[in-house]
Amino acid sequence: MNIVVCVKQVPDTWAERTLRPEDSRLDRASVDGVINELDEYAIEEGLRLAEAHEGEVTILTMGPDKASESIRKALSMGADKAVHVIDDGLAGSDALQTSAVLAQVLGRIGFDLVILGAESTDARMGVMAAMLAERLGVPQVSLASKVEVDGTALRIHRQRDYGYDKVEASLPAVISVVEKINEPRYPSFKGIMAAKKKPVETVTLADTGLDAGQVGLAAAATEVVSFANRPPRQAGTVVKDEGDGGTKAAEFLAGQKFI
Amino acid sequence: MPAHPAGQPGHDLDLLRVDQQLSSDEALVRDTVRAFTAERVMPHIADWFEAGTLPRELAPELGKLGLLGMHLTGYGCAGMGPVAYGVACRELEAADSGLRSLVSVQGSLAMFPIWKYGSPEQKDEWLPRMAAGEAIGCFGLTEPDHGSDPSSMATRAVRNGSDWLLSGSKMWITNGSVADIAVVWAQTQEGIRGFLVPRGARGFTSRAIHKKMSLRASITAELHFDDVKLPAGAMLPGVVGLKGPLSCLTEARFGIIWGVTGAARACLDAAVDYARTREQFGKPIGGFQLTQGKLAWMLADLSRAQLIALHLGRLKEAGELTPEQVSLGKMSNVRAAIEIARQARTILGANGITLEYPVIRHANNLESVLTYEGTEEIHALTLGQVLTGIPAYR
Repeated sequence: MNIVVCVKQVPDTWAERTLRPEDSRLDRASVDGVINELDEYAIEEGLRLAEAHEGEVTILTMGPDKASESIRKALSMGADKAVHVIDDGLAGSDALQTSAVLAQVLGRIGFDLVILGAESTDARMGVMAAMLAERLGVPQVSLASKVEVDGTALRIHRQRDYGYDKVEASLPAVISVVEKINEPRYPSFKGIMAAKKKPVETVTLADTGLDAGQVGLAAAATEVVSFANRPPRQAGTVVKDEGDGGTKAAEFLAGQKFI
Repeated sequence: MPAHPAGQPGHDLDLLRVDQQLSSDEALVRDTVRAFTAERVMPHIADWFEAGTLPRELAPELGKLGLLGMHLTGYGCAGMGPVAYGVACRELEAADSGLRSLVSVQGSLAMFPIWKYGSPEQKDEWLPRMAAGEAIGCFGLTEPDHGSDPSSMATRAVRNGSDWLLSGSKMWITNGSVADIAVVWAQTQEGIRGFLVPRGARGFTSRAIHKKMSLRASITAELHFDDVKLPAGAMLPGVVGLKGPLSCLTEARFGIIWGVTGAARACLDAAVDYARTREQFGKPIGGFQLTQGKLAWMLADLSRAQLIALHLGRLKEAGELTPEQVSLGKMSNVRAAIEIARQARTILGANGITLEYPVIRHANNLESVLTYEGTEEIHALTLGQVLTGIPAYR
């Protein structure tokens, strides 16, 4: 089984993240890059499926030179090879453009299954799986908390508020996963050593067959019109228990729509 | 794996950007060990320390990561460079010196002599299981009456036909009572030799040492050998003389040079955190000049220790590291670390003596680290001899 896991490098979620005033883009240069958290679950699921079905896992990343660190980590976890789409002309591409690029590459390298984290911690749009499935003309099976493959039959549990739905589709397909699906492994030291010898193919914009005018910030279909910093945290509400503390706590939670 | 692997300090403790000198592999090793300790060790370490234990189940997990014998090649070992090994020791000891001791002893003191001086049969039998953490090793050199002067050891092995008979005692042996295999150094007619003594050999007993106030999250034992009969194949064929065990210690000391910078960093991290939040006289104690002076020197001492560790690591990579350089690093970095730990304790005040914070645990652990693997005094004599040409050991 030919499994492709899409991996995005995002700014360290623990670091202070800012938007650049000149073009309203996320300032990625000043922060350490890490693999998007949910993508680690996608990698783990890819590795488990590959181990169970004698498959091969390819990591697909679009990003600047720095993204090679994340590719290295994914290969250290056990992926077999990687494709790195890297081109200055892609900088500032929005989700629609990114999906166009990734779909072109996926079409060329071929796949039985594409796995993604359900959303990234930076943009948090959660649309990439849907966009890729649409562009590739294959089923999208989203928010999977469990995945089973039997021949070309694909069965998942789709995480819902009330529990899960059982969803079936047939391969080839695109899956997005949620963190409930597994526990990502650590890269082993032998894995780190082995990763150095694993093939990483570099793909430029020209290689994708897309026109330079279709991608990048200038041609993006979406635009960040304005942004504002998050307001400072408000002081908490102190409720004094005068025998009715439970009622007041319940009222507060109800007021916040938690219950 | 937690959301963020590093559990990174919220303030800058690497002002000199020492870690920017790490390769991407070395940085990945750092992040992996940090993530592992954050998840598997930090939530429990204070309890383990108080109970005086380190769970045996950690060993296979350390093995799965590739930490055990990570700097050796073949036999299931990862074959990583010295700086990667050092960084791993640093991150382990940032959790606890006992955890780093387990890994040091397994990789550098037990696996290394088998890997370097063992027969093909000995390597095949032990190294893969030890790398996986399925078998634990220990290293028997120190004796009750022979610490800094190992050449006068009393443990003896005599030939008995084609076999050997081993007699004597070893003391302060990390992992001693849980080990599946002991690498034991003994006097023979040919000089000092190493022997592999499996657990359960008739006449071989061990007893855990209790009432320790340091390295409590580490198993320490005494070993007794009462005419233990060993086959010819139990002897390490590749080395005769004190240089055998000393070469192992040089490996392990290199790990300590790195390791203690982790303990020191954890203490400084706790002290800075506390200084920023603890208020006295209406302001954070970090706003007082005496506290800032302490923190500034701690940062300077830590930075210097980190640079020494990295420099010696690169020398080792180039195959140029000498035992004298290792002595300088061990003496200087452990001293720096214990001073940082003690200073951190003063900043944390009374809270500094509890296991709610890491500093008293590190400070107490470092008392052992100051003494084991060559006391500070013996390393000073090594350096004294380098400078004066006069050996002052006796």
